[in-house]
Amino acid sequence: MRPDALKLPFERSGLSSLVRRACPDRWHLATLLLAGLVLAPLGVVLFSIFSETNDVWLHFVHTTLITLITNTLWLLLGVACGTTFVGVSLAWLIAAYDFPGRRWLDWALMLPLSLPPYVVAFVSIGLLDFTGPIQTQLRSWLGADQVWFPRIRSTGGVVFVMTLTLYPYVYMLARNAFLTQGRRAIEASQSLGQSRFQGFFKVALPMARPWIAGGLALVLMETLADFGTVSIFNYDTFTTAIYKAWFGLFSLSAAAQLASLLVLIVFIVLFIEQRSRSHQRFSQAGRSHVADRIPLGGVRGWMAFVYTFLVFCIAFLIPVGQLSIWAARVFGQDFDSRYLSFFSHSVFLGGTAALLACGCALILVSASRLKNDLLTRISVRLATLGYALPGSVLAVGIFIPLVWTDKQIIGWMKNFFGIEIGFLFSGTLFAMLLGYLIRFLAVAHGAVDSAVNRITPSLDETARSLGISGIPLLRKVYLPMLRGGLLTAALLVFVDVMKEMPITLMTRPFGWDTLSVRIFEMTSEGEWERAALPAMALVLTGFLPVILLSRYSGKGN
Amino acid sequence: MYHLQHRLLTRHFSFTKLFLQFVSFFSLVGLFGLFTIASPVFAKEEIIVYSARNEQLIKPLFDAYTKETGTQIKFITDKEGPLLERLKAEGEQTPADLLITVDAGNLWRAAQDGLLKPITSKVLQENIPAHLRDPENRWFGLSVRARTIVYNTKKVRPSDLSTYEDLGNPKWKGRLCLRTSKSVYNKSLVAMMIHEHGEAKTEQMVKSWVNNLATDVFADDVQVMQAVAAGQCDVGIVNTYYFGRLMAKQPGLPLALFWPDQKNSGVHVNISGAGVTRYAKHEPAAIQFLEWLSSEKAQNLFADSNMEYPVNPKIPPDPRVAAWGSFKQNLINVSKAGELQGEAVKLMDRAGYR
Repeated sequence: MRPDALKLPFERSGLSSLVRRACPDRWHLATLLLAGLVLAPLGVVLFSIFSETNDVWLHFVHTTLITLITNTLWLLLGVACGTTFVGVSLAWLIAAYDFPGRRWLDWALMLPLSLPPYVVAFVSIGLLDFTGPIQTQLRSWLGADQVWFPRIRSTGGVVFVMTLTLYPYVYMLARNAFLTQGRRAIEASQSLGQSRFQGFFKVALPMARPWIAGGLALVLMETLADFGTVSIFNYDTFTTAIYKAWFGLFSLSAAAQLASLLVLIVFIVLFIEQRSRSHQRFSQAGRSHVADRIPLGGVRGWMAFVYTFLVFCIAFLIPVGQLSIWAARVFGQDFDSRYLSFFSHSVFLGGTAALLACGCALILVSASRLKNDLLTRISVRLATLGYALPGSVLAVGIFIPLVWTDKQIIGWMKNFFGIEIGFLFSGTLFAMLLGYLIRFLAVAHGAVDSAVNRITPSLDETARSLGISGIPLLRKVYLPMLRGGLLTAALLVFVDVMKEMPITLMTRPFGWDTLSVRIFEMTSEGEWERAALPAMALVLTGFLPVILLSRYSGKGN
Repeated sequence: MYHLQHRLLTRHFSFTKLFLQFVSFFSLVGLFGLFTIASPVFAKEEIIVYSARNEQLIKPLFDAYTKETGTQIKFITDKEGPLLERLKAEGEQTPADLLITVDAGNLWRAAQDGLLKPITSKVLQENIPAHLRDPENRWFGLSVRARTIVYNTKKVRPSDLSTYEDLGNPKWKGRLCLRTSKSVYNKSLVAMMIHEHGEAKTEQMVKSWVNNLATDVFADDVQVMQAVAAGQCDVGIVNTYYFGRLMAKQPGLPLALFWPDQKNSGVHVNISGAGVTRYAKHEPAAIQFLEWLSSEKAQNLFADSNMEYPVNPKIPPDPRVAAWGSFKQNLINVSKAGELQGEAVKLMDRAGYR
């Protein structure tokens, strides 16, 4: 608190300031509410540790626990390295240089976001496995029964596929960072006698660390929570073990014990991410004059093009090409008038959830900016945990307290008013949107938080000296500057909600099928080629938001 | 500094408007969502179904029933595990009248958790053989699928094959392809074997299977069959309807089915079935629907759409399915698949069967 002498006249009256200090302030309330929303399902799942005692946990310890831990750690390490390398290199090339094809590759490189990762997994295995077209062709050319070919159904394969589907998170955030300050950093370091190469590693890259760390945190949480991709590869991780314990061995307590280990890993990941940027400031003073891109001519320009185009090809063009072929085969049989309703449901849910998540992310970010105390920091951290739990686990975890609340209301209405009503919350859109919020708040928060780090603290002080603080400060100063971050957040949540499956399946009202539900109906009975049709519809729906986003977010000021 | 002052004092911000629009939109959505009540308690003639059997397989059935009787059917599809959890959480207030699943183990589990209600129906008891329904009448099989051996016709003769256990014989080393142990169908297969042969012998058998694997286990039956057809391995174990579907799409594949254990207890079978929920609000209508599902017309629709066997033995299967030949099926009650599923999962983990 500032000393009384420096306070503006309207802030000085004794009683009101006392009252303000005693009551929990609205920012604390808001962040506590959001943290509570996320903690409820988490708590439901974790408290099940005590629900019964049996030997299922011991069974895991004696058989597969070591494999689970090593598999999960290798997966995290591999995906972290892969996405960082691919995402950062692409972001730097696109942001700092100009080469043939840069303009459209800029937004095209974000398109893999619209592909559900398990779809890419299935396509990759279908193309590259022993029975796929490539190996079959090789065998027929060489006339052999067995030809050596890298095994796709291996740790390397899973890491490969997950890197391809998740690099856009790092790419988008790093690109925002490099676009707004990377080029100037290079100019500054060049003026001090360093080469461009040195400038990148010594100045631009370290300055972009919070963005990269933010993107990486999202990537790692999504990797930990992933079930679809690892089950197609039959790769045993904590998530598959949780499913086995819960739905195979019907031991809620063992599932909860495994889930708690998972949450522990998440905490460690987030802690490392926090530590990696805690001592530095990443904002820049002065007016942001955007430096020109450095043109890459000749061989170097074409090398840059080949690299970026290759990534785009492997991550997007090839899977989409395969999906189109399959979709074309089943189009006549499967495409009907219901697709319009699937499409509109998906878009409605995605859009509404995006608005909701961005609004709440804004609240979290504002709270941490205005009230930087321990309670706020912890609440904000907790509110972003929903992303780390596997989908079905979170879905059940959300459902249980929701139904409990519903039952209390039903009981109350019956006792006091004698009215019988059905479920008020569960099985309605409210439940779905709540579920999406709990799950994807982390995504929105990651994007907005990274953008807010760019705003210098001196801006806050300047504004306060002009008599603006609290909500007007946010509205007039922060929001315009956060536009890029907010749009990134909105797009990420929109696409993620459209791809999401477990929460949608569990909480949807009767008749509210979406494109992702359609994909589920096909894939759960092994009809992957039929699933290509809704998958293609999903990709096409994600097209427009991605293009819009890349046009508006790049201007970041 | 000047820049900031200028901006604060003169610019007309649209973000306030945007924020207010967002708030009002969300409140509208919230109100809309709140009043979309999931299901009214006192309803017109309708049944509500929770199904783990996919929409494309059950909707034609529901439509046919609605056309015949006028009863509306509302349904939700989801994976079995979450569906059971949902029923448990909803308890007495559940809107569901009927639960449909694709594996006997899941039905056993639902009954065990007190989610299904015993019903007495002569029609159902007449139409459905005793080993394909719950001894306590809480659930009933509606179609049958066999989990049997598939082999490459160019590399294997039928005389080389005999039983499931024989697949562990060293002569099949490097020639066997299997689906993952996480598949509910494999869990049920192993569970039935534990009941029949005991844990020790079954564990030995599963270990010998693992020794004979040509490659890592696959995620689904279709991949197993494609591997057998491509020569990556020579034999595998799959559900009959996956075989039917694949051969319908690619008739030229060198694959055929073999019925093992014909001299002993017979081929392992599983059911896709249903049960009335304990707190069903439309119980008579649900029972009537179940009885209709076991009748001839429905049996044809139910089974033929997915190339399964009708559970009613009086009804002949689809001609394409009948072409695979008749076989002796294992007559142990399929509820054992659920009862011993936990043991089966642990056994497969110990045997190293991923």
